[in-house]
Formats: sequence, structure tokens, C-alpha cells
Amino acid sequence: METIASVFTDARWSPYAVGIGIGLLSWLSFLISGKPIATSTTFARAGGLIENLITGGKAKRRPYYKKIKLNLNWQWMLVMGVVAGAFLSAIISGDLQVGVWVPSLWASAFGDSAILRVIVALTGGVILGFGARFAGGCTSGHGISGTLQLAVSSWVSAIFFFIGGIITAHLIFHVFAY
Amino acid sequence: MKNKNIEPHIKEDPDRRPLFFGLGFGILFGFLLHKGGATKYDVIVGQLLLTDFTVLKIMLSAVATGMIGIYFMKSMGWIKLSIKSGSVGKNVIGALIFGVGFAILGYCPGTIAGAIGNGYLDAIVGGMAGIVLGTWIFAVTYSKLKNGILKKGDFGDITLPRLLKVNDWAAVVPAVTLIVLLLFWFESVGL
Repeated sequence: METIASVFTDARWSPYAVGIGIGLLSWLSFLISGKPIATSTTFARAGGLIENLITGGKAKRRPYYKKIKLNLNWQWMLVMGVVAGAFLSAIISGDLQVGVWVPSLWASAFGDSAILRVIVALTGGVILGFGARFAGGCTSGHGISGTLQLAVSSWVSAIFFFIGGIITAHLIFHVFAY
Repeated sequence: MKNKNIEPHIKEDPDRRPLFFGLGFGILFGFLLHKGGATKYDVIVGQLLLTDFTVLKIMLSAVATGMIGIYFMKSMGWIKLSIKSGSVGKNVIGALIFGVGFAILGYCPGTIAGAIGNGYLDAIVGGMAGIVLGTWIFAVTYSKLKNGILKKGDFGDITLPRLLKVNDWAAVVPAVTLIVLLLFWFESVGL
């Protein structure tokens, strides 16, 4: 029987329930914090802060870091929260992955080498990180928060995120996999 | 000279409540992403391979729900929109680059934070490091890109209602209707 408690321990919810939940969250985020939900600038701040640590503060002089400001701000806390929230949901629903290096869909096409998967993930991450700052946003900042405000820049971005992603995924799994 | 006797938080930012709200919204966002399956490579790449429509169902229902509330609150004067300025260079070229990385990595910046919480090691060791490195490469090349490709075909921070010169609701109502119809179509054809 479905009880209130068992809803929270279910590993998966309907995508519509999740989507409506994220939509309601965007209302609160605008109303209380005056900000849209977005994540990718935080990764850029992390890069700048690491450079600062290594070089003793040289990153602060880069024009891009002056623009986005290298401080641990609202969005930084949001990203930390995402890690915590996903961990919480995973642990209460018995879905916490331990020692998983290779996702099963990847393994089905390319085998279970952790090294190969990590190298590919690293490469993909570099391209994605560069592209996210190039486009001025990612799947959350443009794809959800921007499109729901009917921003032209965000609708164009979201469409081209998926065009680029769909073509590349098909190349990876239907051309390179053979 | 810094005075070490003074607690830094007293001097800097007296109000930390916004940061706690950020953390709280993040926890809810991460919780929902995991419940939707969006913290998983298989689900995200399944969407890009057009075999699993979970990601688009989540995004489109979030956008439709969000849009109604955001435009209502805007009409009441409770909130201001936060629109990113755009250009063909940024939002076509940049977004295509993002898309390529999205498919290779199988996570995006928000969902990778969720994937880390979910325990996926390729997200922590490979993906997150890559994203940080990629954004750093952008920061290093920013001065060269800033007045070139990023400015190509600049169209500023416009919204669809302003572009079409219509009342907000004349764009919101058709947009929400189209999204709902698209979602019904997904279900009717079994996607």
C-alpha cells in the first residue's frame, strides 16, 4: 500500500510529478531569492577558486572571473544542496550507488572499463563546461529557468543543446559503437 | 592589515539567510532530480538516443508549471524576470558545443551534482573535473571570444512576448497549451 512515507522511499516518481515540483520550486526561488535556478556558473567559480589557490590569487585578474565574481554565493549553495538532496533521496529509497564507475547503457556498448569511461566523461565534461559558459547557461539555467521565462536566448539554446546532444549520442552509439 | 580578532562573518555579510534558502532549494531540486531518474546517465543518454523521454517530460512539465506562476507573479509586480542576453554565436554555436559534451558525458551541470549525490563515480572523478576544467578554459579564452563570436548576431535580453510585440499572456497561454499537447502526444504514442 502506498503511504506518505512510501512515496518518499520510492526510487522513481512520475516525470510529471517531478517536473511540476521543479516548476513550483522555480516560483519559490524567484519569489524568495529573486533568482532563477541555475548551476553552471558554480563550476566556473570552482575553476577560478582552484586557480587562485594554485597561483596565489592570479585568477581574480581574469576578466571573466571579475564578471562572475569568485565567491561562495547563493548558486554555490544551491549546487551543494543538489548533491545533498539527491544523496538523501537515493539513500532513503535504497538507490545509493556504491563503486559504480560505468553506467550500464555505456557498458552495453563499450564494455566495463572504468578507465575508458572516466577518460570519456572527462573529455565530455571539458566540452560541456566550455559550451555551458559559451552559451551563457546550461540545461537548468537556459533549459528550464530561461525557457519558463520565455527568454529567446534560452529557447534557442535549449533547442541547440538537444540538436547537438541527439546527433552526438546517435554517432556515439550507432556509429562508433561498431 | 586584517584584524584576526573580528569574526569574518560579522564584517562581510550580515545576512546569510539567502545562502540557506539557496541550500534548501538545492536540496529540493536534487531530491526531485533523483526521484525523476535524471541523476542517471542511462536516463539522460536514453533521452538523447530518443529511446526514453523522461528528461523532456520533466523539463517540459517544469517549464509549463513554472511559466504560469512566474508570469502571474510578474503581473502582480512581486518578481522581476531574469533574462540572459543572447546572440547567435552564444546560443547556437555555444549550445551545440554544450550538446556535444552533454552526449559524451551523459550528465549536465545540474544533473551531475545529482549524480554525485547518487554515488556515480564517473560523475565525480571524470565528469565534474572535466566541467571545471572546461569552464576554466572558457575563462582563459574569454577576452578573445568576448567581442568576437559571443557578439555575433546579438539579440539582447528579449523575451518571446517582446519579440512578437504581444501581451505576456498572449505568449504564455499558447506556449503552455503547446507544451501540454506535446506531452499528451508523447503519452499517446507511447514515448
